[in-house]
Amino acid sequence: MIAISIVIILVVVGAFFGLLLAFANSKLAVKTDPLVHAVDDVLPKGQCGACGFAGCMGYAEAVVKDPDVPVNLCLPGKDAVSQKIARLTGKINAPAKRLIAHVKCAGTAEHALRIFEYRGVRKCVSANLLQGGNMACKFGCLGLGSCVSECVFDALSIGRNGMPVVNPEKCTGCGKCKNVCPKNVIEMVPVTAAIRVACNSQDKGATVRRNCKVGCIGCKLCEKSCPHSGIRVENNIAIINHAVCLEKCTEAVCIAKCPTKSLQGAVLGLDKVDVVSNRWI
Amino acid sequence: MSALHDYFLLFMGAVIVNNYVLTRFLGLCIFFGVSKSLNSSVSMGMAIVSVMSISSIMTWAINHFVLQPFGLDFLRTIVFVIVIASFVQLLEIVVKRFLPNLYKIWGIYLLLVATNCIVLGVPLINAEENFNFMKSLVNAIGSGVGFSLALILMASVREKMEYANIPKPLRGLGGTFIVAGMLALAFQGFSGMIPK
Repeated sequence: MIAISIVIILVVVGAFFGLLLAFANSKLAVKTDPLVHAVDDVLPKGQCGACGFAGCMGYAEAVVKDPDVPVNLCLPGKDAVSQKIARLTGKINAPAKRLIAHVKCAGTAEHALRIFEYRGVRKCVSANLLQGGNMACKFGCLGLGSCVSECVFDALSIGRNGMPVVNPEKCTGCGKCKNVCPKNVIEMVPVTAAIRVACNSQDKGATVRRNCKVGCIGCKLCEKSCPHSGIRVENNIAIINHAVCLEKCTEAVCIAKCPTKSLQGAVLGLDKVDVVSNRWI
Repeated sequence: MSALHDYFLLFMGAVIVNNYVLTRFLGLCIFFGVSKSLNSSVSMGMAIVSVMSISSIMTWAINHFVLQPFGLDFLRTIVFVIVIASFVQLLEIVVKRFLPNLYKIWGIYLLLVATNCIVLGVPLINAEENFNFMKSLVNAIGSGVGFSLALILMASVREKMEYANIPKPLRGLGGTFIVAGMLALAFQGFSGMIPK
């Protein structure tokens, strides 16, 4: 008798919930557009968020459903991916301007003054918590490589001089390193950017001179020397207008004028990075 | 007055004195799995509270109207497993359809909840103690809040531990177990404050 009632109860309960679930699944199921999954398959799955959406799936959903979302937002995927998305969604593909990370500091141990020896956790955030790090300059790269461990594309490494080096081949311009850096020392620049500022300091000239041999002292010689006004000095630091610089510049006088060599140049085809010195040669 | 007093004691007991994670050691897999960041532990806590309160109502009804009249109390565990697992599945379908934003926050956690021991343990304890409807509900909400409290405490500690200089062998789960032990010890200090 008990055996029978056990069987009955279990069958009834099981059947009830089974049917309920089957009913709910057929009536309430959310139909996802198969196109979303097709687009998601094309994306590189770095989940870096460079497109501005929450992960690759978020971008796939947005690009399929919203006609205003362009197909070229996936920076890691570059042109190949945007072409595929354009083919899948029927949108027009416009090539995106490729950006890469650039470290705005050249303050290696030999150039920039250190005020104490840091022996804590090997993370830039932790070092920054201790009086803003061990550099005399409060704007410079701490060199502990939080950006290196953050990069999902293996594009950053610590060079022999202790500064992070960007591999322009591998860098996709997603900006994860820029966001993790406590000093905001990384900036995204066009991959073809010929002139880059290798300093982040907003200190006055005299302070910079005391702290670092290669810092920008805000002397404005570059601003005055540039015939196309592609460079200006704000808050004691040179800022380059890359659009002007790439389009009009034929001869970079600013590099020669810079008294502290905090401007780096890759003019006239000389665009290889010297990993050892972290300088453009 | 005395009824309200009883419910309050039951609630506080479930939250602090008989905290399900830290003194009864239920739901430990989620406790260690999800406590890495504060955000996800808050979402998980919300999911647990709602799932536990609704499933305790359902299991109370089944226990009271089906199992007890037929004298089949020994079937509790297996029936509760079926009920809770299918209820969570149903909840997932409904939330996905009607509250897509909530689903984005809850999504994976709901599935983690489905077969968790704390969600099964609380209805079983309710049935064991012969709680009435209100008491079951209060106990379920209390233990859900207690679980969230433990999870949030743990997540806050673990977020700080990320930046601490911990000996290499203890990084990760090792150090986390030690912290959990200390938290449990601290919660032992509450024991006996409310008579059972």
